[in-house]
Amino acid sequence: MSTDIDHQWTTRLRRKVAGKLPPEKLLPDTQPSYVSSWIYVFGVTTMSALAVVIGTGFLLSLRGPQWWHESSVGHFVNSLHLWSVEIFFFAMVVHLWGKFFMGAWRGGRTATWMTGVVTFLASIATAFTGYASQSNFDSQWITTQAKDGINSTGAGAFFNVLNLGQMLMWHIVLLPLAAVILTALHVLLVRIKGVVPPYADKAGEAL
Amino acid sequence: MSKSFRPDVDAPEWKGGHSPYDIIKEGTIALVVVGLLTIILATLFGSPDDHEITLKNWANATPVDFATTAINEMNGTTTTAGYGAPYNTASDGQKLGPLTLAKWAGVRIPVNTERDFVIRPLESLPYNAQLSSALTTWKSASSSQRTTWVNNYTKADAKLAYTNGQVVSTATDAGPVPVFINDLTNMARSGALDTALVSGGNFFSTDYTKPLLFLSDGSYLADLAQKQHLLGSQWGMMNETNSYPGQAWLWLYTFWYQVSPFSTSANADVQVWATMMLLSVIMFLVPVIPGLRALPRKLKVYRLIWREHYRK
Repeated sequence: MSTDIDHQWTTRLRRKVAGKLPPEKLLPDTQPSYVSSWIYVFGVTTMSALAVVIGTGFLLSLRGPQWWHESSVGHFVNSLHLWSVEIFFFAMVVHLWGKFFMGAWRGGRTATWMTGVVTFLASIATAFTGYASQSNFDSQWITTQAKDGINSTGAGAFFNVLNLGQMLMWHIVLLPLAAVILTALHVLLVRIKGVVPPYADKAGEAL
Repeated sequence: MSKSFRPDVDAPEWKGGHSPYDIIKEGTIALVVVGLLTIILATLFGSPDDHEITLKNWANATPVDFATTAINEMNGTTTTAGYGAPYNTASDGQKLGPLTLAKWAGVRIPVNTERDFVIRPLESLPYNAQLSSALTTWKSASSSQRTTWVNNYTKADAKLAYTNGQVVSTATDAGPVPVFINDLTNMARSGALDTALVSGGNFFSTDYTKPLLFLSDGSYLADLAQKQHLLGSQWGMMNETNSYPGQAWLWLYTFWYQVSPFSTSANADVQVWATMMLLSVIMFLVPVIPGLRALPRKLKVYRLIWREHYRK
């Protein structure tokens, strides 16, 4: 017999979450034995690089956008930020290709694939706004070139790459938030659905 | 065997064994390794930071190019003057087939190059009898008179020179235009134009739209970019100054600009963007596109990835 507590939104949400993502799925201590390849390293490498990107971004934000132009320490932090971004994209692209060759959307993992693709696209936009916010020769050239592409779609009327303030706010607030939320969603889906099994030699047979 | 099993949609059931997996340890090790690799790369290679170019730099380095660009902002022949949306209505902008997407979005960042890049900055200068008189003459003249003056000055712009701190023109019957071009050039050389275009009368501003548009209308910025291999024809969108990797992940976007029909199209930007949007949607929809989702099964790269599993 159900009680009032059973009908509470909180109770229902907790039960739903616990059903879909029990602790042993969220933080597993075993994995299927087919999960044995270097390709699996690139997912966690992407996540780690994202953490370093965010950490170095936090450090850059402490003293404001001019700091890295005026201080050798600031410039080094900018270098850390740059190279963590390069590692992030390298790992992410290898991860993406790896998942494509595994057919990683199989077995009800379509949403996992799709959130991964959107995260990739959001990351490109985040990195672009970073390049546009450098306030140096690179950003002058990149923005004056990129404006033509974005303007040609009509989006330039609302997303003005020549507006440093707008680009910086998108780079440090809106897009990183989107990238982090999408990454979290992607990882939760991986944990809920598990890692895709290999293809069977004969369609339909169990492995 | 289930008849309804779709090998590119369904995954086989795993009945094999499991191995120990310490997800926290794996994440910690990855974070430490990536952190160390980042420190090593940053220490070895640093990061580029070529100083920004100002209108002051430009007008001092190549005053004639600056003056020529200034008169072109007045006669409407610069890129910005003829751009269309979102800056003005001078053209329909690029077209994707019959679609004028930029025009539909409208003029949201209005820029009148004659007014915003020449007249208003000159009005912000401290009182100068000659300039004040020139501005008064300009404001009281008819539109056709202004056009005649500007055109007469433009006809002689191939012989423009900068001598003894003055823009020298052989133009005749150009009204107040020679004063404008000379004073604007010297305003730029002093650095005052940079401030005037950014601030627009405000104390605070973070919007560099106008000085960047003016700067990119001249040839000085592009000449510097060419030396750094940053032009569009040099895969410029993805490059950075010096030899840094830049936005290497934009290689496919930049690639289209190098090949026909995009490389010779007047609508290349919108065509490349449409192509990339289409490819992005296809990538997003791979799991539901028959044929495409079968590729990994047919290519069999997975047998390399899971070689231990298949060896067993």
